[in-house]
Amino acid sequence: MTHIENLLRARGEAPARETAIIVENVSRRDLLKGVIAAGSLTLGATLLPKRGLAAWATGAGAMPHGVVSDPHVFVSIAPDGTVTIIAHRSEMGTGSRTSLPMVVADEMSADWRRCRVVQAPGDEMKYGNQDTDGSRSLRHFVQPMRQCGAAARLMLEMAAAQKLGVDVSEVEAVNHEVIHRKSGRRFGFGELAAAAAALPTPPPEQIRLKDPHAFRYIGTGSVQIVDLFDITTGKAVYGADARLPGMKYAVIARPPVLGAKVKSFDPSAALKVPGVEKVVEVQGWDWPAKFQPVGGVAVIARNTGAAVKGREALKVTWTDSPHAVYDSDKYREMLLENARKPGKVVRNDGDVEAAFKQAAKVVSAEFYVPQFAHASMEPPAATAWVHDGMCEVWAPVQSPGGTHDDLCKTLNLPYDKVKVNVTLLGGAFGRKSKCDFVLEAALLSKALGVPVRVQWTREDDIQHDFFHAVAVERIEAGLDASGRVIAWRHRNAAPSLFSTFVPDPKYQQPLEYSMGQVDVPFAIDNIRCEVCEAPAHARIGWFRSVRNVPNAFAVQSFVAELAHETGRDPKEMLLELIGPPRIVDPRKTTVDLWNYGDPFETYPIDTGRLRRVVELVAEKAGWGRQLPPGHGMGIAVHRSFLSYIATVVEVAVDDKGNLSVPRVDTAVDCGFYVNPERIVSQMEGAAIMGLTIAKYSEITYKNGAVQQSNFNDYPVVRIDEAPRITNVYIVPNGWDVPSSGVGEPGVPPFIPALCNAIFAATGKRIRRLPIGNQLAI
Amino acid sequence: MITLSVNGQDVSYDGDPTLSLLWFLRDELGYTGTKFGCGEALCGACTVHLNGEAVRSCAVQMGDAAGKKVVTIEGLDPHGDHPVQRAWRALNVPQCGFCQAGQIMQAAALLHATPNPTTEQIHQAMSGNICRCGCYQRIEEAVRLAATGV
Ligand code: FES
Ligand code: FES
Repeated sequence: MTHIENLLRARGEAPARETAIIVENVSRRDLLKGVIAAGSLTLGATLLPKRGLAAWATGAGAMPHGVVSDPHVFVSIAPDGTVTIIAHRSEMGTGSRTSLPMVVADEMSADWRRCRVVQAPGDEMKYGNQDTDGSRSLRHFVQPMRQCGAAARLMLEMAAAQKLGVDVSEVEAVNHEVIHRKSGRRFGFGELAAAAAALPTPPPEQIRLKDPHAFRYIGTGSVQIVDLFDITTGKAVYGADARLPGMKYAVIARPPVLGAKVKSFDPSAALKVPGVEKVVEVQGWDWPAKFQPVGGVAVIARNTGAAVKGREALKVTWTDSPHAVYDSDKYREMLLENARKPGKVVRNDGDVEAAFKQAAKVVSAEFYVPQFAHASMEPPAATAWVHDGMCEVWAPVQSPGGTHDDLCKTLNLPYDKVKVNVTLLGGAFGRKSKCDFVLEAALLSKALGVPVRVQWTREDDIQHDFFHAVAVERIEAGLDASGRVIAWRHRNAAPSLFSTFVPDPKYQQPLEYSMGQVDVPFAIDNIRCEVCEAPAHARIGWFRSVRNVPNAFAVQSFVAELAHETGRDPKEMLLELIGPPRIVDPRKTTVDLWNYGDPFETYPIDTGRLRRVVELVAEKAGWGRQLPPGHGMGIAVHRSFLSYIATVVEVAVDDKGNLSVPRVDTAVDCGFYVNPERIVSQMEGAAIMGLTIAKYSEITYKNGAVQQSNFNDYPVVRIDEAPRITNVYIVPNGWDVPSSGVGEPGVPPFIPALCNAIFAATGKRIRRLPIGNQLAI
Repeated sequence: MITLSVNGQDVSYDGDPTLSLLWFLRDELGYTGTKFGCGEALCGACTVHLNGEAVRSCAVQMGDAAGKKVVTIEGLDPHGDHPVQRAWRALNVPQCGFCQAGQIMQAAALLHATPNPTTEQIHQAMSGNICRCGCYQRIEEAVRLAATGV
């Protein structure tokens, strides 16, 4: 039970938690919005270091509909004492549906065994922002949910004090009861429920957060995920599991080339397939269309299997599209060419040209990361019923609020006539932020007048994804005579995900180049980052870790290349480039640095934390230890989603070039953490997803159409090739260190650490992903 | 008319005999615990027991299931307390959970045939089941735990 040992190890290193945390000096409005304006927070932080309800400012309030933390919205208590807590974020496997309600329960002194979690529908007017994306759930909501639980606790205490006619300071909530110590009287939460619910939410200055020493669940990793029993017994409900009376099943033939439309179709053969009932056209939108469907022809049947067979028999002809020119081989050549020419400068420190002229040696490398697809285990699926001027859907969406809004717009319905029921998500990784599949179901239900389930097949999923964009990364470094890096130029050419929303900008945008390119944390005086032209020919979206994948692959591989060039140890080279512990602030020299939507003051680029995870993981992994022949170790570190993660991978490559991964070590600094057990599971998963990306993931195009179709030609790592063990070390942090992301940041450092290990084992440098058969002898 | 037993109950079906068992279970009977992940016997999400053996229900036609006994995740144990299910819970195995019904059915069949599997046997038996979230380390531990007793 390695992960439990790991957890114990992580916990064993935890220092004493912060003491008293008292809410002071934050206005109610700010709290309710959850946005602490920079001014008031700075004030609070200055006057009350490490205290105060809002320990740190986040960008949560700047998200659509901001933050709500009112217990009247999130908590209800039944007369039998059962506490119901709303989960307003979507559960896609990261554990937030467990972890955030657990925070509420802990703060309100509830017994977790007597709590149940209910998923909120999409309703941001009521619940605040629900966009489960960007590794934000804990980072943005640990504070509001602590506040919510603390307010609920106070309301229960007030209700008990009222009953007893004593001051509220005389009573205390403990383990699902409120106790009056003087008299020994106790009330269960159920007895107090009605009276507490009748109270107004107390003003923030009255709310006291718990002393972290008193936490029962937060930070312990002792809680099972709330859906564990249902998942292991087949009862858990995912996108394709809602069933409505009279429901019909649909699959859709979509245009093979982006921008093409239905020209004509012949339904006759499809209609002959047993079980097929109808064939209808689905409206498509002109690209760019955000998340609107691409259109096509739907086959409607009595079950999904019949619909799939009907689609095989269906004949559709499509209009021409200018994107039929998309050919992956040619496109790669073009990106390489563009990255060899100067691009738009997006960061410029010092004088790079002069420094390169002075350099005793120039090292350069080009890295290629192909386009790839999410392939979440659950292909997109949604059920919709549009009737009587209303629309109700059941769907696995990361953005229930956004889905709600897009349904209102697409069907021209008012806000309160649309209901988005959020099921569990069978994996998502960014794909299910885009609700095209839900809109398809709604359009079909409206057209047919019956409930409709739209099921995407795996082929649909792989060919019509919102893809991770292809990228070329080109890095050059100028070294002085002593081998010190004096100049750094990083160019990339990659189509922008903004091409999904607006006419193709053809260059990476701040949100993209701030994920690992311009925020490079190195102590180099002369740095220039450029973005080069790359038109989009596919629907591009965000895939777990987004641009950090190619940027970290290039930067962290290149560091190991520099170490090799200068005859140094890769870890020492890395630490030298990172330089001394300090705050790196590239804002002045960068065009619109994006800090994951959060204030730079709360989440600066802290090279001390970066160094610490490098040193921690190196020590734990036994960096430099003697390895068997054919083995090699690689190291990489990357800050993303405001967390700091360093990974050491050990590989073994046999004499036929077969790659295996005996061991992975990962050190995580994600600030104050709630559920270390789920952090470990995210890191275990990140190593496996990283290995899949590195070994296999590639979507290619011929004449504008995707050439892959299913897990046979778009493989993913299986159990027999997974890392044998992934050890995770969590840097212990108190409430004074702001919580940062966990779902995404584990992936980026894994891939370069793996490729650096392959180099150490074989002398082969991987600059092009996927690795495929590059290791074959 | 095709008849078969599903989770101990006799059921009948009068549609297209080439329909795959997966869609009969999910769409016609409502046993939605069995998942669709690929439709091509490549991922294992749809794994059920057919006469006691783990099969990919997406690759079994209704005509071939006639007269046979099908057990799905819903029927593995009346209380959801099969040793494999218990082991899965003891180790908090799932992330998104979508693959786990298939994983559990595959693991239960493995342990039925091979009560104390070696690592190689676990890998061999479980390598048809994809977990995109990457729970493999815990899946392997949970199979071992189920074998040795929870
Ligand atoms: S759905 Fe049957 S193996 Fe994938
Ligand atoms: S738990 Fe998500 S696919 Fe296995």
